Amino acid sequence: MDILKQISESLQKGDHEKVAMLTSQAIEEKIPVKKILDEGLIAGMNVVGEEFKHHRIFLPSVLLAARAMYAGMDLIKPLMIRDNIPTIGKVVIGTIKGDLHDIGKNLVGIMLKGAGFEVIDLGNDVTPDRFVQAAKDEKADAVGMSALLTTTMTGMKDVIELMKSEGIYGKIKVIIGGAPVNREFAEQIGADSYAYDGMKAVEILKEYVKDK
Amino acid sequence: MRPTVEFLEEGLLERIVSEAIDILCKIGVEIHNKPVLEMLADHGADVRMDNYRATLTEKIINKALVSAPSSFKLYDSMGNEAVDLSEDNVNFTPGSAAINILDYETGKIRKPTTSDYIRYAKLMTRMDHIASQSTAFIPADVEAKISDSYRLFLSLLYCEKPVVTGAFTIDAFEIMKDLQLAVRGSGEELAKKPLTIFSCCPTSPLKWSDVTSQNVVDCAKYMIPVEYIAMPLAGFMSPVTLVGTLVQHTAETLSGLAISQLTNPGTPVLYGGSPAIFDVRYETTPMGAIETQMIDCAYNEIGKYLDLPTQAYIGLSDAKLLDAQAGLETSIGAILAALSGINNISGPGMLDFESCISLEKLVLDNQICGMTQRLIRGIVPKEDFPMIDRMEELLHEQHLLISDHTMKYLNEEHFMPSQTIDRANRSRYEEEGGLTLNQRAHQEAEEHLAGYKKPGLADDTVKDLVRLMEEEAKKYGMDKLPEREE
Ligand code: B1M
Repeated sequence: MDILKQISESLQKGDHEKVAMLTSQAIEEKIPVKKILDEGLIAGMNVVGEEFKHHRIFLPSVLLAARAMYAGMDLIKPLMIRDNIPTIGKVVIGTIKGDLHDIGKNLVGIMLKGAGFEVIDLGNDVTPDRFVQAAKDEKADAVGMSALLTTTMTGMKDVIELMKSEGIYGKIKVIIGGAPVNREFAEQIGADSYAYDGMKAVEILKEYVKDK
Repeated sequence: MRPTVEFLEEGLLERIVSEAIDILCKIGVEIHNKPVLEMLADHGADVRMDNYRATLTEKIINKALVSAPSSFKLYDSMGNEAVDLSEDNVNFTPGSAAINILDYETGKIRKPTTSDYIRYAKLMTRMDHIASQSTAFIPADVEAKISDSYRLFLSLLYCEKPVVTGAFTIDAFEIMKDLQLAVRGSGEELAKKPLTIFSCCPTSPLKWSDVTSQNVVDCAKYMIPVEYIAMPLAGFMSPVTLVGTLVQHTAETLSGLAISQLTNPGTPVLYGGSPAIFDVRYETTPMGAIETQMIDCAYNEIGKYLDLPTQAYIGLSDAKLLDAQAGLETSIGAILAALSGINNISGPGMLDFESCISLEKLVLDNQICGMTQRLIRGIVPKEDFPMIDRMEELLHEQHLLISDHTMKYLNEEHFMPSQTIDRANRSRYEEEGGLTLNQRAHQEAEEHLAGYKKPGLADDTVKDLVRLMEEEAKKYGMDKLPEREE
């Protein structure tokens, strides 16, 4: 079987050791790094995403696959940097100021990483300043905010306002999530999108960086 | 005989507790609160300030267990006894802190307002089987920073029942305490007659934030009862097994007990929680899952074994509407909780993973609570032996509808549900409009609201409450509170 297909299938099985071994082999065989990423690792993760969406596999299997993805990524990352190949995208995430709920945000982070994104996780209780600074410093493709409290969700607007005054609004996408927010709220505050769960966030962000 | 249910066999229960204590004494807890860490250190805990970790000792835990009262009572705003949290007494209180309300007219959720809250509080005065109110949701038409205290303010103005509540920040405690002092008159009276219970949540695994640990401390200073709400999520933030999750829940709850009892020995507490299994398909925390309910009932057994009164978020549903799932999850939970003898059951009115209140569901759940209360009164003879005379009476009279025995025991033996529960024959049901459950519950809610009577708070107390709340609102830039109906 084609080695890229093998990578994809091992990743789907969550076999991180095999993915690492096969990725090394593919690198030795001088298969272009971009090809290993797209046709091996990400291709496998796409299948996993679909399977999960249809309840044919459950979250633990997704996380096992994500772990296998990191195992492969760790190996090709230095080569990507060397050859100037960007990751599929870079996202700054965090839970909004005053809010300590981070379970959902963490899960979204894991899923994004598993899908090949570079994730800068600022933790919880994150001020607008820190969101905006990190987005600029990291040259992020998107800022992802999470809020679980009625009392903190309004803080998302402060981040967007600061992005506007710093001139990065519109250039960096904004995605939000968490129990008290929804699509209308996202529209109201000027966020580009709302995701109801981790997989959805992956789907939306992948769409944003598609043409990168 | 009172019917009961038990999940933990002897031996297992003790092993869970001893394992939890072992974890507290070997791994410890992370507490993001320097004064609390210092206090624990003073009592012999091994504390590291750099990573906020306190490793407890058995002595600390035992001390906390000894000083925590095994029961306490809540009193309404008029000072009358309202809730007895002792032995296996079962009381209900609405689920709390919802984000949304299910709007009857549109069938959709929306953010609640002051006017919704007042309707809720008024309705609560008439929910006979729900002994206390809770600050059930967050009115969104006031400045976010006062939204936790504001709901307590409205609750106290419109309903006499004691309140299960909680603060969202450290600062909010002050005003929430002052509102209570305004009702009771003094700190001494408040300590003597508790009016509220504060929910304080550790963060699974084994962690306390500065906010929630400080809330525990501040409550203890005023002897305000606290319920510990640990939320281990089985398979995600705690072991997938129910036993493993119980061990973790026990450790987290005991760590909270240590904070309050060392701060002020004797502060009333509820051994509570809101654990859940984690649904690995939908990434959610189902409160209606049977395993979630089993964990609740089992930790209640642990609380009772430790000689503490108990609480749980159970008897609620993850359904989005008042549908069959809402009824079944709520009923299973309420019944299991009552059979277990959980002292304060937080659930009625709640949908959608503790995030949505429905007033119609509250009305329906009030009936479920009533039925459940009846259930645990069990089957006991009431002048039933010998029955020869009664049989002769029946054979002679052809019925027992007006028998003395019937008149004496009808109301005790048969729970009489409201018209929300359909017991009409089909023709009558159709003739009376063929209403759905949701419609009948709404109709009942409207009737209750029409019959509402204001609490008997003294005018000066009302003025004090309003003044305190207005001052607090001003601090956060709100010159005027939203209009309130009478
Ligand atoms: C970047 O882009 C994206 C994209 C998608 C994103 C996203 C970002 N963020 C989320 N998503 C989406 O994807 C995720 C994965 O599928 C999902 O994330 P979720 O977070 O929704 O889902 C998680 C995987 C599982 N779900 C959760 O983790 C949240 C569950 C509930 C029960 C919950 C929990 C667990 C906790 N809590 Co809190 N808690 C509740 C929650 C009820 C609820 N219905 O949400 C809620 C949110 N809490 C509430 C409250 C009141 C509080 N809590 C508090 C504390 C806690 C715990 C520490 C105990 C714990 C959090 C632990 C932690 N490390 O995060 C306190 C808050 C302190 C503070 N300042 O933050 C405290 C104030 C209680 C107190 N008095 O101490 C209520 C909110 C009230 C309101 N109206 O605002 C609440 C609805 C429960 C209730 N009814 O009381 C999606 O939303």
